[in-house]
Amino acid sequence: MDAGTRAQAIIASEASTSVERPLARVPLVLNRRSFAWVTERIAGAVENRAPKWWWAAFVCTSMLAGVGLFCICYQISTGVGTWGLNSPVGWAWDITNFVFWIGIGHAGTLISAILYLLRQKWRTSINRAAEAMTLFAVICAAIFPGIHVGRVWMAWYLAPLPNNYGIWPNFRSPLLWDVFAVSTYFTVSVLFWYTGLVPDLGTLRDRATSKVKKFLYGIFALGWRGANRHWRHYEMAYLLLAGLSTPLVLSVHSVVSFDFATSILPTWHTTIFPPYFVAGAIFGGFAMVLTLMLPARALFKLQDIITPQHVDKMAKIILLTGSMVAYAYTMEFFIAWYSGNQYERFAFWNRVLGPYWWYWWTGMLFCNCLSPQLFWIRWCRRNTYVVYFVCMCVNAGMWFERFIIIVGGLHRDFLPSSWGIFIPTWVDIWTFAGTFGIFLSLFLLFIRFLPMIAMSEVKIVLPEADPHFHAGDTAALHHPVAAGGKERT
Amino acid sequence: MKTPYGHNVYGIAAEYPSAAALYEAAKRVRDAGFKRWDVFSPFPIHGMDEAMGLGKSWLSAVVLAGGITGILTALILEWGPSWILYPLIVHGKPFTWRVVPAFFPIIFELTILFSAFAAFFAWQIMNGLPRWNHPMFNWNRFARVTNDGFFLAIEANDPRFSEEETQHLLEETGGQHITMIHEE
Repeated sequence: MDAGTRAQAIIASEASTSVERPLARVPLVLNRRSFAWVTERIAGAVENRAPKWWWAAFVCTSMLAGVGLFCICYQISTGVGTWGLNSPVGWAWDITNFVFWIGIGHAGTLISAILYLLRQKWRTSINRAAEAMTLFAVICAAIFPGIHVGRVWMAWYLAPLPNNYGIWPNFRSPLLWDVFAVSTYFTVSVLFWYTGLVPDLGTLRDRATSKVKKFLYGIFALGWRGANRHWRHYEMAYLLLAGLSTPLVLSVHSVVSFDFATSILPTWHTTIFPPYFVAGAIFGGFAMVLTLMLPARALFKLQDIITPQHVDKMAKIILLTGSMVAYAYTMEFFIAWYSGNQYERFAFWNRVLGPYWWYWWTGMLFCNCLSPQLFWIRWCRRNTYVVYFVCMCVNAGMWFERFIIIVGGLHRDFLPSSWGIFIPTWVDIWTFAGTFGIFLSLFLLFIRFLPMIAMSEVKIVLPEADPHFHAGDTAALHHPVAAGGKERT
Repeated sequence: MKTPYGHNVYGIAAEYPSAAALYEAAKRVRDAGFKRWDVFSPFPIHGMDEAMGLGKSWLSAVVLAGGITGILTALILEWGPSWILYPLIVHGKPFTWRVVPAFFPIIFELTILFSAFAAFFAWQIMNGLPRWNHPMFNWNRFARVTNDGFFLAIEANDPRFSEEETQHLLEETGGQHITMIHEE
């Protein structure tokens, strides 16, 4: 055999799918599950009777949401004076909560759009729930700028509508950019989410047993019948929506950061804010995705679809974005020193040693910078309890970070005679707690009535979905994990 | 063409055991020269567009038109008031070409918004959806299409359609449960 034919033989043997490759990827769905199993497990979570824990959780969260709605009504009917705002601190928990919630939404769009463009197939197991989380987080976020204007009934002045005073908004104001950015973000997220849902609504329609369910799921499924001539346009639309959402999600938190960066306040007036805010948003959002999905995965027995590999990859993204955030924090301190600006230097000393010192030490340093560093260790990424602990730290830490940026920047004015401090009132506290009630209630309703995992997308990552897969070619099934073995790769 | 019970015939459909079988069958039906036919699957099958002889979707052109509409809308919406209706001098900055970048964020957002709406409505309109009734739904087995069923249907109004030969083709390609689908 001459060299040429030998080389060809080697290439042919390596290209052959029947050769077991030692570096085969760990399958995304474990235990060789079939298409029907995927449908049954995910649609079953919607069709079966609501478990007892669901009712218990829903009663608690909806009561909390009720308290929040009461506080909002009380604040609107009485005035913004019910919050602890004062003269130097004109923005506090309201805008902190706004930035916190809008940031959480970013993980959903990152998973659904950016990871789609990057062909990260593992996203299929988590994108639906993450996108739903995005919508609910943006709803919670939108409450705060809506009510903090004081006279809520004048909020329509934000919209460029002709009115009898002949007044128009200032299109060069970052606050108006924010209105456009957040409302576009919400609308596009809804369109993207619903587009992804249509094939799965078809599944629920075809499985529905009662007439009411068949009618309602049927209406929203739009008559989807899985035709390839439909999939062709549908996939193109999905790709384009992903492509449109990618710059959109990066723009939203950039625009939010412009609200601060275009002012001249020390610690706010900085060009690092847009990337720093976007990284922080993805960081906090992934922590919230895991906070919701780890319990959902255990309660609905979805471990074969949301595998340790998925948790591992999300932990790595938390490590990456957490380190980017830590770098941004460090760079802020460096620039404060390097600029030689005494107000900037004072503001950063004040951040570490001032009245809110413990917010910085626990929130920014421990929760945001140090705790995700545990994810360098594989064991920590694979241990659900460690992952959950870090996610909780990040959830809290990201709220503290926004509080430090906002109130930390405001409470020490340029003149010491104008210095102040912020003390939250009960309305501040319960409005914020109430948004958690709204967020969790909406999420519980979502997992009750809609498939929390994209069935049609998970099916694509099964080996049988490949048009060149034949029962004889079982290379894809040869992986020890696919056979039900313990995952070691 | 009518069924023995007097219904109009929509076409002949068959079920296939796997995505791979459907893919192979689609290539055969394409090569047989049929035009009015389709395959149905619970998920998009990679390479099926080529197997069916379909080109790239031109939905992207609609989205481009949506994006251009968005840019123009934003330009009119922002510059109309700022330039003509309500000139506003903020921070001592009048409306000149030097301040144009301050209008970019809203131009960007509306471009995305209009493009997304274009994509959302285009995929439905181009697919003839919403359409809640369809002859394929008259077939009981077809309920599995959103679960784990793979189907192929050839319409009766295809010029090459003939009851025996089309049925024979579907049998040859490994189709199972070959059934005449009626219209109503």
